[in-house]
Amino acid sequence: MPENNSVHLTIDGRAITVPAGTLLIEACRAVNIEVPCFCYYPNLSVQAACRMCLVEIEKMPKLQTACTVPVAEGMVVRTDTPTVHKARKTTNEFLLTNHPLDCPVCDKGGECELQDMTLTYGTGTGRFDEPKRHRDEQQWSPVVFYDRPRCILCYRCVRVCGEGMDVWALGVGNRAILSTILPNAGDHLECEECGMCIDICPVGALTSGAYRYKTRPWEMKHVGAICTFCGDGCRTTLGVRNDRIIRGDNRDASGINGEFLCIKGRYGFDFTQHAERLKTPLARIDGELKPVSWAQALETVARRWRAIQQQGGRFGVIGSTRALNEESYQLQRLARQVLGTNNIDHHRSADLPTLYDALAGTSATGSAPPLAAAASLKTASAVLLVGGDPTYEHPLLAWNVRWGYRLSGTRLYVLHHREIKLRRQAHRMAVVAEGAEGAAVRYLAGQGGAVAARLSAVGPAEEKRYPQLPPPDPQPISGGLEEFKAELEKESNVVIIFGSELRGDDIRALVALGGRLAGQTRYIGLADHSNSHGAADMGLYPDLLPGYESVSDAAARGRFEALWGARLPAEAGLNQREMAEALDRGELAALYVVGANPLRLDPVNPANLRRSFLVVQDLFLTETAKEADIVLPALAAYEKTGTLTNTCGEVQATRRAAAWPGGKSDLEIIHALARLMGVDFGRPDPDRVFAEIRAHVKGYNVSVVQLAAGRSALAVPLNGAVPHRSAPHLIRSNHDTLFSDGTLGRYSHAINEVMEKRLLLPGQAR
Amino acid sequence: MAHPLEIRVVSKRFDDPSAATLKGYLASDGYKALEKALKMKPEAIIEEVKTSALRGRGGAGFPTGLKWSFIPRQSPKPKYVVCNADESEPGTCKDRLIMQFDPFSLLEGMAIAGIAIGAERGFIYVRGEYRYLIDILDRAIAEAYDAGYLGKKLRGTNFHFDLMTHTGAGAYECGEESALLESLEGKRGIPRIKPPFPATSGLYGCPTVINNVETLASVPHIILNGGEWFLKLGLPKAGGVKLTCLSGHVHNPGVYELPLGFPMRRLIEEIGGGVQGGALKAVVPGGSSTPLLNAEEALGVNLDFDSVAKLGSFLGSGGVVVVNDRTCMVKFAKRIIHFYRHESCGWCVPCREGTNWLELTLTRFHLGGGRSEDIDVMFDVAQSILGRTLCALGDAAAMPTISIIQKWRQEFEDHLAGRPCPYEREFAHA
Amino acid sequence: MSVFSPTLDAKLTRLAEAYPQRRSALVPMLLYAQDELGWLTPEAIREIAERLGETELAVRETISYYSMLRTHPVGRYHVQVCTNISCLLRGGEELLQHCRKRLGLEQRDVTPDGVFSIEEVECIGACSWAPALQVNYDFHQNLDPARADQVLAEYRQKA
Repeated sequence: MPENNSVHLTIDGRAITVPAGTLLIEACRAVNIEVPCFCYYPNLSVQAACRMCLVEIEKMPKLQTACTVPVAEGMVVRTDTPTVHKARKTTNEFLLTNHPLDCPVCDKGGECELQDMTLTYGTGTGRFDEPKRHRDEQQWSPVVFYDRPRCILCYRCVRVCGEGMDVWALGVGNRAILSTILPNAGDHLECEECGMCIDICPVGALTSGAYRYKTRPWEMKHVGAICTFCGDGCRTTLGVRNDRIIRGDNRDASGINGEFLCIKGRYGFDFTQHAERLKTPLARIDGELKPVSWAQALETVARRWRAIQQQGGRFGVIGSTRALNEESYQLQRLARQVLGTNNIDHHRSADLPTLYDALAGTSATGSAPPLAAAASLKTASAVLLVGGDPTYEHPLLAWNVRWGYRLSGTRLYVLHHREIKLRRQAHRMAVVAEGAEGAAVRYLAGQGGAVAARLSAVGPAEEKRYPQLPPPDPQPISGGLEEFKAELEKESNVVIIFGSELRGDDIRALVALGGRLAGQTRYIGLADHSNSHGAADMGLYPDLLPGYESVSDAAARGRFEALWGARLPAEAGLNQREMAEALDRGELAALYVVGANPLRLDPVNPANLRRSFLVVQDLFLTETAKEADIVLPALAAYEKTGTLTNTCGEVQATRRAAAWPGGKSDLEIIHALARLMGVDFGRPDPDRVFAEIRAHVKGYNVSVVQLAAGRSALAVPLNGAVPHRSAPHLIRSNHDTLFSDGTLGRYSHAINEVMEKRLLLPGQAR
Repeated sequence: MAHPLEIRVVSKRFDDPSAATLKGYLASDGYKALEKALKMKPEAIIEEVKTSALRGRGGAGFPTGLKWSFIPRQSPKPKYVVCNADESEPGTCKDRLIMQFDPFSLLEGMAIAGIAIGAERGFIYVRGEYRYLIDILDRAIAEAYDAGYLGKKLRGTNFHFDLMTHTGAGAYECGEESALLESLEGKRGIPRIKPPFPATSGLYGCPTVINNVETLASVPHIILNGGEWFLKLGLPKAGGVKLTCLSGHVHNPGVYELPLGFPMRRLIEEIGGGVQGGALKAVVPGGSSTPLLNAEEALGVNLDFDSVAKLGSFLGSGGVVVVNDRTCMVKFAKRIIHFYRHESCGWCVPCREGTNWLELTLTRFHLGGGRSEDIDVMFDVAQSILGRTLCALGDAAAMPTISIIQKWRQEFEDHLAGRPCPYEREFAHA
Repeated sequence: MSVFSPTLDAKLTRLAEAYPQRRSALVPMLLYAQDELGWLTPEAIREIAERLGETELAVRETISYYSMLRTHPVGRYHVQVCTNISCLLRGGEELLQHCRKRLGLEQRDVTPDGVFSIEEVECIGACSWAPALQVNYDFHQNLDPARADQVLAEYRQKA
C-alpha cells in the first residue's frame, strides 16, 4: 500500500495514520490497542463469526466488528467503553456455555486463547447453569484429534487448511448449536497431516496425537531449532522436558517459516528417541559389530588411519547433507589437511556450482544478490518454477508461493513434465515430456529448438476445493510454449525455482533466460536436505574448497594453507560415485562416512568392502553403517548448536534442544580424531568454527547479530568463475515427499504411522 | 371469498381458478403491464415503483424502487433478479397463495424488474417444503416461454429474460437475502458480511436485486395502474395494500389483503370474528421475529410500518398471530426461541450460543425448575444477542423474548410461585 | 453406473447445466435424489459430488446444513407436524402426540414396516389453516384428531 494513500483516524482518543485498506483491528494493533478476537487471523479470509472484536464507531448505531471494517478517513473508534466491555464479557460467557472447563487436563491449558481471554475479558463467574452437551473425542488421523465440545467454531482450521495449504480437508457441518468441524473422509482425515490446524486452534479442540496428555506447556523449555529434514530451513520450536523432545510446533511464528510447519517439522523429531538409535560406539570384532568404549573406538580409527597413511593408502570421505556448517567445514579440513586427500563429496541434489559459475559470468550481479530468500516468494510479482514439486518436496516454498498468489497477486509460471499441484496457483503452466525441461528452458531463453509442450488448464476457479489432478497427460504438442514464453517475457524481477531436473548446461540456459527478463532475476535451486546447500558451500566437493574455490587455484588454496599452517592437496579428488567404484576395486584403503548412507545410492559388493577400513558416524545402523569397521554414534541436529544453510542459501542458527547421552556431535568426533591424528583443531566450539567460516568462506560474512536474533542471512558465495568438474549424473534428488526423508525419515514413528494409515495424496504416486 | 373490508390487488385472482393458466391470466389483464413496461424506459419503471411507495413485503420493508435504483446501470457482469419465495417466518403464509393462484403475476413482476434493472436472468428461490408450488410455477414458466413472455426477445422486443425455479431444502436462514444467495450458489446458508450489498455484489458476485413474492407480484399492478393509484390505496409513505396472515386464537383465521394503515382492532374483531377461547392477551404483529404487543397496544394500533414501529415493534412479514389469555407466555417464548435455536445458522457466537442458552433455561423454567434470578439472566442474555450478529436472526430471536419478559414478567414470577406451569394447570385442555 | 433412475439421471444432468455455475445445482440435485432414494446414501453423495466436480466434504457440509436433507432413511410416508406458534395455539402439540400415538411412534421415529415416520417440524407456512402437517410434500390443514386419523388412514391404505 503506498504511503501517500494513508488514512487518519482516532482510536480511543489517539490520532493515528495507517495505509488505506487496513482493517480496523490491524490499525488498533499497530498502536498496541488490543482488540480481542478468535476468528480473525491475519492473512486468512475474514469471518466476523466470533463477535469478540466488537467496537464502537461514531455515527454507526450498532457495535461493529473491527475485523471486517476497513479504516476510513476521520473515523472515530472507541474500544474502551462500558458497552464494548459488556459485549466482550457476554460473548466470552457465550463461548464458555458449552466449552468444558477441563482446562486442568486439556493440552491447551496454559497456552489457550480462550483461557487468556477469559482472564482478561471474562466475568470470573458464569451464569450458565444448564447441562452441557458432551461428545466423545474423535481421532481423525494418527496425529490429529478433535474434541468437539471444546471447539468454539472460529473456522481458523478450515481456512488454514483450505486457503493456506490448498488441501481443503476440513469443513463445517450441521448448523446452529450442533455446528461442528468435519474431516474430509467422513470419520477421518485424508490430508497432508501438516498439523497447521492444531497450531492455529485457539483452544484445545484440535490436539496433536504426538503430544496429547504428555506434559504441561510450562513444564517444557521451548527451543527454536532448525528442522533437520528437507532443505527449506523452517524453524521448529521444540518443547523439551528432561532433555527429551516432547513436541514440535511453530506457534510463536518464529523463523523464516512464520506459522508454517509440515508434518516432518512438527512430528518428525521422534526419530531422536527411536529404539534403534545408536547408544555406544561399535567395532567389528570377529566379523561382528560389538559395543566398545569411545576411547577404544576413536583410538582404533586413528591407529588404522595412521597405518594406512604410512602405507600410502588412499582415503575417501563422504560428508553429510544434514550436519551443521561448522561440522562440514571441519570435515573437509580433516580430509584435506589431516588425511591429505581431496576425495571428499556429499550426496548432491542441486547443481549449485554450475549455478554460481553461470551467474558469475553474467552482469546480473547488480545491487541485490541474484539469490532469493524463501520469504521473497510471498511478495514476488512473478515466479517461474521449472521441475521440482514444492508442494510435497519443499512445503515451505510451496506455502510461500501460494501466499504470494493469494495475497500479493504473484503470477506463477510452471514448466514441468507432470501436472503438479501448484498448477492450481499457476498463471501459465506448460507440460513437456519428461527430460525435456532443459530443452524447453533453452527455447524460452531464445536459444531456439522446438519443444513439444502443452499449456495446462490452470487456476482453481473451476476446481476450487477439488485438489484432484486431471487424467494422464495428453501428448504435448509443438508450439505450445510460444504463448508461455510471450507471457513470461512481460514479467520483471522474476524469482526462478528449479529442481534437480536441471543440471549442468541446462542451468546455464536457465541463467541466460533469467538474464533476458527485465529487472533483477533471482534463483532458488532445490536441494534435498536441511544442509545440502551448506554441504556444497562448505566445500564437500573433490574439486572445490569452501566457497566454491578450486582446489587447484593456488591463491585460494594458499589462503587456507596459511590459515591452517599445512599443505593441502592441489589435485581434484574422487567424487562419491568414483569412490564407490574404487572401493569395489579395492583401491580405497579407508572411507570415512559422516552422516550419510552412500551405499544406498552406490552399492558396493560387501566382499570388496571388507578390504577397506570403513568408519561411519551416524544415528542409526544404516545400510552403510552395517558394513563398517567402526561405527560412531552421532548426535542429531536437534542436539547440536551451530548453523545451517537452507535450499535458498539462507544461513540460520540452530540451538541444542535435547541430549543423547551415548553420542557425540560430528564436530566433537572430527576434532577428537584430528587431535589423535596429531593436528589440533582447537576446542570443538561451533562459535569459533563459525567465526572462521565467516572470515574465510566466500559469501559467509553474514551478520551474527542477525542470526542470533533468529533471522536468516543470505550467503552469496559469488564472485568469479567456479571451475567445477560438472557431473550431472551425480545430481540425484531423493524426491522425498512429506512422508519420507532419506534414511532419517525411516526412523520417525509419527511419519511412518501416518504413511501406513493413509492413502497417497493425489499426484504423489510416482 | 373476499371479505368486504379487503381491497384485492395481488389477491384479485385468488378466486379465479383459470388464472393459473396463461389463457386465464391474459383474460384478466395479465401481461398488460409487461407489454407496457417493454415500451417504457427502465428509469421510468423504477420511478413508477418509487411513486407507489411500495415497500418490501418480506419483512424488512425496504422501499422497492430505491432498492432497484442501487443496481448499477452499466455493469460488465450480468445482473440478476432473485425472488425470495422462502416464506418461512412463523405466522406467514401469504406468498404461497400468490404462487398457487396467481403464478403469472410473479413471473410478470420479475420480467418487469429485469427490464427495470437490466437483468436478463432470474431465479425464484422457493422453500423446499413448497414442492407443489414449484410444480405450478414450472408449468407457468413453460407456458410463458412458449408465448414469448419469457426467454429471448420478449414479445419481439430486444429484451431478454430467462427464469427458473430453485428449491431450498429447509432452512429459515435462507430467507435472509445474502444467505439465500449462498444457498442459491449451492452452499451452506450462511449470511454474508455486508458491505458489499447484493446490489453490487450478489449472486456469483454480480449485481442482484432480491425481492419477496408479494413485492414482485405487486409490480404489474403498479405499472398497469400507475404508482399513484397504488399509493392511494394505503397510507402515503407506505403505499398500497398488503396481505395480512391472520392466525392463532381468532374465529376466522385467513389471509386478507388490506390497505396499509388498517386498524388491528377491526382485523381481529370484524374480519377475524373476535378472539377465540378467551380474551385477548397478546398479538404478534408481523411474524415471530417481531416484539409482541399486549392487548391494549394491539387494539390501538394500525397496520402500517410507522404505527407499529412507534410501539417498538415491526409490521414485518404480515403474520398477525392472536394470543388469548389462556396461553402461557413462558411456553410461548420457549416455542419461539426453540425455533430460532433450531434455525440459527450457527455462525455468530451470540446467536448460536445465546438461543441455546435461552431455550434451555426457558424449558427448565417452564417445567418448574425456575429460579428468580433466571428472569434477569434471560433478559440479559437476550439483550446480549441483540445487535451483535451478522444478520437479523439474532435480533429476531432476542426481540420477542425481550418483549415477553418485559410485558408478561408477572407470568414468570407466577411460575416461581406455583410449579410447574400454573397456566397449563389452570387452563388444562378440557 | 449411476445410482439414479434414467429419468432422474437425465434431470440431474439438466440441472447441473442449468445454472451459470454448476455448484448452484447442488441443493436441488440432492433433494431430487433424496425424493427417489428416500435418503442420501453414501453412493448418491459420491455421485453428486463427482457430477458437480466438488469434494464429498463440500457436499456433506451442505447436506448437513439443511433440515430437509437427510443421511438416514425415513418411512415411505414422512409425517411432518408443525408445532410452531400459530399451530401451537391451535393444538399443534396435541396433534403431534396424537399422530405419534396413532402410528405407534411414541418411542421411535420410523415404524418397523418402514411405512411411516414422524418428525416435529418448524413452520410450514400453513399458519392461517392451523394446525397442519405435511406428509412428504402434501399439505393437510385445519386438522383435529379425527381428521388426522382420516389422513393417516388414507396413507395406510395406499401403502
